[in-house]
Amino acid sequence: MARINSPQEFEEFKKNILSNKNKNQLAISLSSGTCGLAYGSDKIAIAFKKEINNQGLEEKISFREVGCLGFCEREPLAVIFPKGIVYCNVRIEDVQEIINKSLKGEIIERLLYTDPNTSKKMVHEEEIPFYKYQKKIVFGNIAKIDPKNIEDYIALGGYSALKKAITKMSPEDVIDEIKKSKLRGRGGGGFPTSIKWESTKNASGAPKYVIVNCDEGDPGAYMNRGLMEGNPHSVLEGLILGAYAIGSEEGFFYIRQEYPLAVRNTKIAVKQAEEYGFLGTNILGSDFNFNVRVHKGAGAFVSGESSALMAAIEGSVGEPRPKYVHTSEKGVWDKPSTLNNVETWANVPLIINKGAGWFNSIGTEGSKGTKIFSLVGKVNNTGLVEVPLGIPLRDIIYKIGGGIQKGKQFKAVQTGGPSGGVIPAQYLDSPVDFDELIKLGSMMGSGGMIVMDEDTCMVDVARYFVNFLCDESCGKCVPCREGLSQAISILNAIVTGEGKAGDMDKLANIAEVTSVASLCALGKTSANPVLTTLRYFANEYDAHINEKRCPALLCKGLLSYYIDPEKCQACTICKKNCPADAISGEPLKIHIIDQIKCVKCGNCFDVCPSKFKAVKKISGEPIPSPISEEKRLIKRIRKKN
Amino acid sequence: MNEEKIEQIIKKYQHKKGILIQLLLDIQKELNWIPPNIIKKISETLNIPVSHIYRVASFYAALSLKPIGTHLIQVCLGTACHVRGGSKILDAVEDFLKIKAGNTTDDMTFTLSGVNCLGCCAQGPMLMVGNDYYGGVKPTNVKGILEKYK
Repeated sequence: MARINSPQEFEEFKKNILSNKNKNQLAISLSSGTCGLAYGSDKIAIAFKKEINNQGLEEKISFREVGCLGFCEREPLAVIFPKGIVYCNVRIEDVQEIINKSLKGEIIERLLYTDPNTSKKMVHEEEIPFYKYQKKIVFGNIAKIDPKNIEDYIALGGYSALKKAITKMSPEDVIDEIKKSKLRGRGGGGFPTSIKWESTKNASGAPKYVIVNCDEGDPGAYMNRGLMEGNPHSVLEGLILGAYAIGSEEGFFYIRQEYPLAVRNTKIAVKQAEEYGFLGTNILGSDFNFNVRVHKGAGAFVSGESSALMAAIEGSVGEPRPKYVHTSEKGVWDKPSTLNNVETWANVPLIINKGAGWFNSIGTEGSKGTKIFSLVGKVNNTGLVEVPLGIPLRDIIYKIGGGIQKGKQFKAVQTGGPSGGVIPAQYLDSPVDFDELIKLGSMMGSGGMIVMDEDTCMVDVARYFVNFLCDESCGKCVPCREGLSQAISILNAIVTGEGKAGDMDKLANIAEVTSVASLCALGKTSANPVLTTLRYFANEYDAHINEKRCPALLCKGLLSYYIDPEKCQACTICKKNCPADAISGEPLKIHIIDQIKCVKCGNCFDVCPSKFKAVKKISGEPIPSPISEEKRLIKRIRKKN
Repeated sequence: MNEEKIEQIIKKYQHKKGILIQLLLDIQKELNWIPPNIIKKISETLNIPVSHIYRVASFYAALSLKPIGTHLIQVCLGTACHVRGGSKILDAVEDFLKIKAGNTTDDMTFTLSGVNCLGCCAQGPMLMVGNDYYGGVKPTNVKGILEKYK
């Protein structure tokens, strides 16, 4: 491919791609992000290519391995264009039929999404509730883009924002447009993007750096992974626009190494952008020069903090530093640096193309645009969802998410990862935006949304996050290092039945000091999981501490398993699955768990056939004594023919 | 160990700044760990103090100062997996391999590690063996999964 050297050449090139594209051509997109791969999409892709090749259909069908289509619960997904038919849980055996029926314009009923409530089959994305209530602007084109092919992106309007900026806008105009759009950082804090950009632009020192933060360390969140895998050029175009506005000639992608596919697709995107002339010197014939490097993170949650990430780019230990001088003024190698989250950058080309007014029409007063969430946990439809800011939590969980798994009761939703908090049922109608979530004691964070049901123990949730933060604390400042380790020892005591009166006050005190006195956001926000669980679920703490009972029947240290002799049918399944050899019994002899040997793994509970339901969890009350040997024998009366 | 290859990797980063983590990740990928003699070699070739290399290598979870087994088992302990019973999966793997997380079996076949998030949250609980993903794992099918790699 020859480099594109001017805006005119770009337009001609684009026209050329579009004229070669037949809008009515049959196209099959297979969801091939990491979620798809986990379900074997790579093998299905091979089967598609082979079948197309065998039948000589290369001219008739264009096949694409696209990024994550969001509906991870139903992976692997295939979308058949131009009609936009969605097929769920596609298997290798279905490939030939999909191709043959698609050629005839027929639909395969069996592979369509079936609404679990109405049993109605749904053909298109806009009918399926999971997609229907979303507003996909950032994620919009993923189904139509092969992330490894820059021309797919260009055909859908890609790099036209860059062309527009270079030909019609000064760098100041670009910043002004972002300012008018009121775009706020999607990585957690919600800081106004334009202010960061301006302060780097105005700071003295050169060179200036722009950075994509894809060190998505928040456990339970994978929106950035989805975007980098599925549409890396949209993020890259945003970064190039930012560089143009700020006056930067060098940029970085910082991607965690746990995302190998995202790293690969980003590297390919950068290489193609260099070849086509969107990176390098004299971009599109202007005097703007910009180059990008891809850095891999080496696995440290705290490195997602801006000053720590910049230290990691320098090749050093990713520890934060005090930020009395902002990184936007002194960042990488002490030079002015602007760092934004993947999703923030991906919004930039959209705003430049469609204007701040359009962006402002979506969202609430203080929070404009959409946000991608990873809707996971105990919800029916798990996956990545993009919604307009201001949507009520209830709509995300019930309309899009399809409610709680197995008809259980909703207990809470956790947002903001380890820096956020839990939100209980009484706030389900709250609108989701930056400011509202903070009022509830949580925060938007990068977009993790973990749904919890009646079986989730809220003390355990607090313990989980504090334990996570304690592991990930870099140890540089005392309040975070020592505060978290004190908090975890108290929480560990509570969940194992060693909790004492006064522990709740102690936890609240430690949380307060840690949040006020820590150096970086990891410590400053570490109080949220503790404080919100204390605020909304004090009764659960109370049960653990005073009654030695876990209401959710989850905490191992407060739990026993017991086989109800009335229900046990002596089928030996639990005995076979017990790793500790703690179950005695044989066919026709009721099984008994030896409480001393039992390691409380819960296998017996999980494998006991649902028609018997003989294994019980007991917490906070004595275990009934085992029945006598004679009574253990089951007499089965055989039916006479 | 292919010394020539290691030398090539180190050379690739010569005269560049800010490359230490990327270099160590490449070595980790090649050798499955960062041996002390390589640290010395990096120090001499790139003029970086040994103490600094150790500091970086011991800080990041993806870098290992101990040799790891043929198959790296990563049990996801991210929040989404946690609420769906991820820690029970870790218990089951520990029980099957008779080692605790962070350790390697005596025969160097398996290294077990609990990780914070593999980014496959919708399919939790998740388990990875090498590059293979396993979603929706139950404690009772851990044995079946791991026996394939023995």
